[in-house]
Amino acid sequence: MAEPIIELVDLTKRYGTFTAVDQLNLTIQKGEIFGLLGPNGAGKSTTILMMMGLTEPDSGSVKVCGINSTSNPIDVKRKVGYLPEDVGFYDDYTGIENLMYTARLNRIDDSVAKQKAEQLLLRVGLADAGNKKTGKYSRGMRQRLGLADVLIKNPEIIILDEPTSGIDPKGVREFLELIAQLRKEEGLTVLFSSHNLHQVQQACDRVGLFVNGKLLAEGDILSLSKKLFSDNLYVIEAGIEQPKTGTQDVVGEKYTTEWLIKLLEPIRGIASVTQKNGVFLIECSSDLSALIADAILKSGAGLNHLSKKEYGLDDIYYRYFEGGQSHE
Amino acid sequence: MNSINTHVAHPFRVIVNKEISDHVRSWRVIILIAIIALTCMGSMYTALGSIGKAVKTDEPEGAFFFLKLFTISDGSLPSFIVFISFLGPLLGISLGFDAINLEQNKGTLSRVVSQPIHRDYLINAKFVAALSVISVMFFALAILVMGLGLIIIGIPPTSEEFLRIVVFTLISILYVAFWLNLSIFLSVKFRQAATSALSAISIWLFFSIFFNMIINLIAKAFTPSAMASENQVIGFQNFILDLLRISPGQLFSEATTTLLMPSVRSLGPLTMEQIQGAIPSPLPLGQSLLLVWPQVTGLIAATIVCFALSYVAFMRMEIRSR
Repeated sequence: MAEPIIELVDLTKRYGTFTAVDQLNLTIQKGEIFGLLGPNGAGKSTTILMMMGLTEPDSGSVKVCGINSTSNPIDVKRKVGYLPEDVGFYDDYTGIENLMYTARLNRIDDSVAKQKAEQLLLRVGLADAGNKKTGKYSRGMRQRLGLADVLIKNPEIIILDEPTSGIDPKGVREFLELIAQLRKEEGLTVLFSSHNLHQVQQACDRVGLFVNGKLLAEGDILSLSKKLFSDNLYVIEAGIEQPKTGTQDVVGEKYTTEWLIKLLEPIRGIASVTQKNGVFLIECSSDLSALIADAILKSGAGLNHLSKKEYGLDDIYYRYFEGGQSHE
Repeated sequence: MNSINTHVAHPFRVIVNKEISDHVRSWRVIILIAIIALTCMGSMYTALGSIGKAVKTDEPEGAFFFLKLFTISDGSLPSFIVFISFLGPLLGISLGFDAINLEQNKGTLSRVVSQPIHRDYLINAKFVAALSVISVMFFALAILVMGLGLIIIGIPPTSEEFLRIVVFTLISILYVAFWLNLSIFLSVKFRQAATSALSAISIWLFFSIFFNMIINLIAKAFTPSAMASENQVIGFQNFILDLLRISPGQLFSEATTTLLMPSVRSLGPLTMEQIQGAIPSPLPLGQSLLLVWPQVTGLIAATIVCFALSYVAFMRMEIRSR
């Protein structure tokens, strides 16, 4: 497994004064599904274009399957299937004809290609639509035909650029399942770019967070959250209300953030206390929920609920993408 | 790995085949071919109607009777060469104006260039395919006109006439190739097919209508006085002719007129001294070709410049999904 198949070293691409990709270092292992996660305009597509040899980097090097993409793009393109964002087909041709054209460009014999095309159409669930003109295909069908189109050349790696944008949730789930299945059966390496974190979380073994042309962090979801939130990994949510016996008028004034900070002061490991929609959020480095509950109850306040929250990709996403934008 | 068999078609051929079949099947080309065929038949009809009057036995080019089919008209419809010089650019533009930008807008361009082919295959194939369609069409048309003429007037063309018609067809193809390349270049430059079509058509209109008007204005401003010497007048006329020759249409019409009218001896002004002693006989094909060689070279150069521009622009273009 630990065999690098895509290696990016100090990759940089500038458009005028704008740096789209900045000193990017990334290694992807054979057989994994890697998610490139980032907001629009983060440089994901540019990185993919450089991997395919479709655009030249200003500095740094790209190696795919041990081949330099910049100097030998043809050899790379033979081994890599690339599904561009919002892929298009020749509208006057049927699904099969479109696949056959790609096969011919890859110098696959017609009889072999025909068989393979039918097989792939069955696989992506377009067996009935194979003889329909692609002009009549829906967005989801086009995307699935795109996957078949990528697979017809028997690639070692498939690169999917925003493959799920514009498909309905059911279609997305089927698409992602198909990718996972393909990886299992054919041993493909998959690079998957998206701005949708849930899909990445669902499908990918490892994730790279990409903001403003820089890779902020990479790893699986768990190690990512550990890495990014090394200090304050836990958030404890506490709903506090006045005890049943208390009087109505003091509630609002008594249980303020300051009050809670003062109350929790003796407990070590509390990083911050904030209040949001009447609920207190306590960030801490380890699981202190028992101590916090104890302190609140002892103070005589009523504890409505206390829940522990671990950081998911959502929080990573917002925290870092917002952070990334604020650096500008 | 895919087995690479020697009998499997080369990707370049694959693209050319696809482009040609796309052209042949498209309504656009079918309509254009119908228009051009119809107008050419119309002009042939008028030529046949007036050919009896046009031929005078004492004329030296009476020998080149057959070529008249392409050049004369009774005034109701323009002649064959006028039609070709008018509709040829339209054909070239319509075959090329959406060559690249349509694929880009449809999202097929990035899919095709991510296949293991050299990027220039695509633009070369587009050019070769459109040129093949044009060549087949023009040769078919020329041979059709010859055949019909043969049946109706009953006089076969001489071998020299036949060769002249072949060379004329080749130059027509070259002329259309110029417009084709220009429109391919515009299709690389402009993202919208409508923009590139409109700009190609406006360049064509500029050269076919406004250019001559502008040259006339310049000519009026620079006309030498009645007292000017012979050399001055000739110099002036040559200057105006050179200006006119910036237009590819002018180059084309000079070249084709000379080829189809063997009696044309010079394309510039001639002095009385030069004419004196000349035998009023038609030029042989070699001499006619020699006479129009600069025009043909100019057309080839313009075509190559347009192709080079579109090639460079296409190779430098960054191909992103739509």
